[in-house]
Amino acid sequence: MAKRSAPEVNAGSMADIAFLLLIFFLVTTTIETDTGLNRKLPPIEESEEDVIIKQKNIFTVLINGKDQLLVEDELMDLKDLRKAAVEFLDNGGGTGEDGCDYCKGKRDPKSSDNPDKAIISLKNERETTYKTYISVQNELVAAYNELRNRRAQELYGTSFLQMQANYDDVNWVGSKDKLKEKIEKIKIEYPQKLSEVQQK
Amino acid sequence: MSKFNKKKSGDLPAISTASLPDIVFMLLFFFMVATVMRDNTLKIKNELPSADQVEKLDKKDLVMYIYVGQPTERYQSQFGKESRIQLNDKFADVSDIKAFIAAERASKREELIPFLTTALKVDKEANMGLIGDIKQELREENALKINYTTKQGDISANRK
Repeated sequence: MAKRSAPEVNAGSMADIAFLLLIFFLVTTTIETDTGLNRKLPPIEESEEDVIIKQKNIFTVLINGKDQLLVEDELMDLKDLRKAAVEFLDNGGGTGEDGCDYCKGKRDPKSSDNPDKAIISLKNERETTYKTYISVQNELVAAYNELRNRRAQELYGTSFLQMQANYDDVNWVGSKDKLKEKIEKIKIEYPQKLSEVQQK
Repeated sequence: MSKFNKKKSGDLPAISTASLPDIVFMLLFFFMVATVMRDNTLKIKNELPSADQVEKLDKKDLVMYIYVGQPTERYQSQFGKESRIQLNDKFADVSDIKAFIAAERASKREELIPFLTTALKVDKEANMGLIGDIKQELREENALKINYTTKQGDISANRK
């Protein structure tokens, strides 16, 4: 018998099949958002010990039910909040032991002593919308980041966010222990002290 | 000289589409790899607010998701228009959160429990009252690491 070659399979419809699958995956894909603001809730403490904090070291931010901002008993626009928070944190009005040699603020004795003592107190009402709350949180975190970036730039010539990104980067070349130390140092100099008042 | 004349004759040759399947397959593989199948069907409106000081949430298996938002239209007759909590696939009450956290913890290895993060996926129009209640529940359960999931973007987008 004569040798017969096998007939070729028509591959013309391959593209159609692939397109079908492609469209299915295109439609079902949801790129999940996995970014956000990380926060830590305060643990519930048994002992109700009152800590005395000087009024000047507290920066009160109140968001009311109509999404208006009351900062230090004054009405404020959202866009001014970051600057006001930076000014408060970086004031460095303390003297002697409470002094702050790296602060660049106005050193107003009526405002915070040093960044370690400065506390931002955030209060909201039940009717406050979530978007305003997130905006305010974002601005306050931005204020801290701004100061930390500035300090990192002074000390190590790089921004704080860059240092953190490097720390998380697996491919980064360099000593991670040293980097961690640097990050911790800046975190100590500008600690995030954001306290949220519990709603009634 | 018919040899030369032959070449000149004819229109443009058809473009070969033989590599089309390859291109399509390439795209297909990209989407197959990039696809994350949603494990929860959302029964609520969930339009996240924007923020620009965001951090990335890594280790997806160590995240518990709590969704909050207004029920979508087909559930409104049953659950009303007020913001509701959704845990897994069901609508839940504030009091269900403790059980949810306990169940999530039980499904993870013990040494990983301290690293569990609660991601709050909250619709921008929700009221803070409900969020405050959730936070209080989480504090009582000692699940203190939370993440307000947001889109990356300027906060001015939140005003609309």
